[in-house]
Amino acid sequence: MIDPIFLAEAAVNGLLLGGVLALLALGLNLIFGVIDIVWIAYVDLVMICMYAVYFLVQVYGWPIWLGGLISVGLGALLGVGVHLLIISPILGSAPINQLLATGGLLFFLQSFATFLWTTDHRSVRVTLPTIEIGGMFLSFARLIAFAVALLVMLGLYLFLRHTYVGTAIRAVSQDRGAMALMGANPRVVYLVTSAVGGALAGVAAALLILQYSVHPFFGAAFGPLTFMICVLGGLGNMVGAFIASFIMSEVISIGGVVWSTEMGYVIAFVFFVVMIFARPGGILGKRA
Amino acid sequence: MLALRNITAGYGAFTALWDVSLDVATGEAVAVVGPNGAGKTTLLRVISGMIAPRAGSLSFEGIQLTGRPAYEVVARGIAHVPEGRRIFPMLTVADNLKMGAYLKTARRAYAENLERVFGLFPVLSERRRQRAGSLSGGEQQMLAVGRALMSRPKLVLLDEPSMGLAPVMVLRLFDLIRRVREEGYTILVVEQNVRQVLKLVDRAYLLEAGHLKMEGRADALAEQDFVRKAYVGL
Repeated sequence: MIDPIFLAEAAVNGLLLGGVLALLALGLNLIFGVIDIVWIAYVDLVMICMYAVYFLVQVYGWPIWLGGLISVGLGALLGVGVHLLIISPILGSAPINQLLATGGLLFFLQSFATFLWTTDHRSVRVTLPTIEIGGMFLSFARLIAFAVALLVMLGLYLFLRHTYVGTAIRAVSQDRGAMALMGANPRVVYLVTSAVGGALAGVAAALLILQYSVHPFFGAAFGPLTFMICVLGGLGNMVGAFIASFIMSEVISIGGVVWSTEMGYVIAFVFFVVMIFARPGGILGKRA
Repeated sequence: MLALRNITAGYGAFTALWDVSLDVATGEAVAVVGPNGAGKTTLLRVISGMIAPRAGSLSFEGIQLTGRPAYEVVARGIAHVPEGRRIFPMLTVADNLKMGAYLKTARRAYAENLERVFGLFPVLSERRRQRAGSLSGGEQQMLAVGRALMSRPKLVLLDEPSMGLAPVMVLRLFDLIRRVREEGYTILVVEQNVRQVLKLVDRAYLLEAGHLKMEGRADALAEQDFVRKAYVGL
């Protein structure tokens, strides 16, 4: 029998991981909801930002918070760049072409990273203590990541809820044509959305580099998980994605302790497949 | 105020409007009536910039607007209440109205415009926190009109405001549009409900299979012949 304290620790770790996953899922979902395109290479943008933080902090000795801020800015720039260079020219074409184009970006970024930085795993060595709460050992890095993720999501919520541009982003995801009749240039709304989505990737990168090492195939590890969370929550549904992040991270984390890390992922994927049969529109998605 | 000259427009290989010329003067209310598929919606879409005409020109207050995108046209003072209302169903009534005031100039006068719209449609004020999708059809149409007024337009384009509404609601809605008119807005309305709309407007055009067939003062056109033609296109 497993010591209940390990289970509790796993549950808390799952919660902490869920916060960072939610950032990724919300970023991807925001872009999908507004522009109607799934950025296959989304987590690969995170990977590029993680390298940026790694080099700034580990090689050039910048403080981690400053590296994080640069990562957010870089993410936003990458988001705008992806939209202008890849999405914008093919906006009107068939969805499969758009998927292929962002899929192509994924391979480009992976190869680009391998070519420049080799396949070495690199991590930022910031010594952060482990804290003990009631017999559970929790990593301070994860606690910080969780807290920052929650704050950023609160900021995103307030932005989407209370600003003109944020409300327009929600409106465009419901009716693209009508928003142009209100005087909003759709191109500007798309660019702001891409920048915000990219910035979220940048935040996630700064938080992930505290816990994981970065390598060119980082996107392959977290990308599929992010897509599954978005689909599980109902593509385009922000609240659904938020909840699904925590469901998936708990399954992975608790499954990992009860069986093994690999089994944790297997269970999560099986759970996902079963859920998609049971609710094809996602847990909060509209029924077809 | 608004002048269309020899407008031809359509979708892909299909031509919906042929050589249409039409004028609306400041302060006027004008209707375009005609049977289903006559090109009425296409006409409004050309004016608001949702589609570009293939030929012809469009000017508003002397400024050429031919082929300009929708977000520029609305900034010139033309608000379009589109077919099927196109409100944002998941946003609250208040947020829908806020989006109507998206233009920088409209944001500055937001509070004042909101008061004016709530004065016209008190039910929107009562339901401001409700999701727009939960409103009744008539209330949704009021919201669509109110949202358009939030941009402080000079000309309001109304596409089939009575569509899908119960007969009682249709009468109420026409009453409300009459009040909007009395506020000083210039109106171009497209309708299938010919009898009602002729009581509302000064002039009307008959559009049939993409061609303008008749034009005249509303009271003169309220004769049997025009109404019959508008309904059945004969």
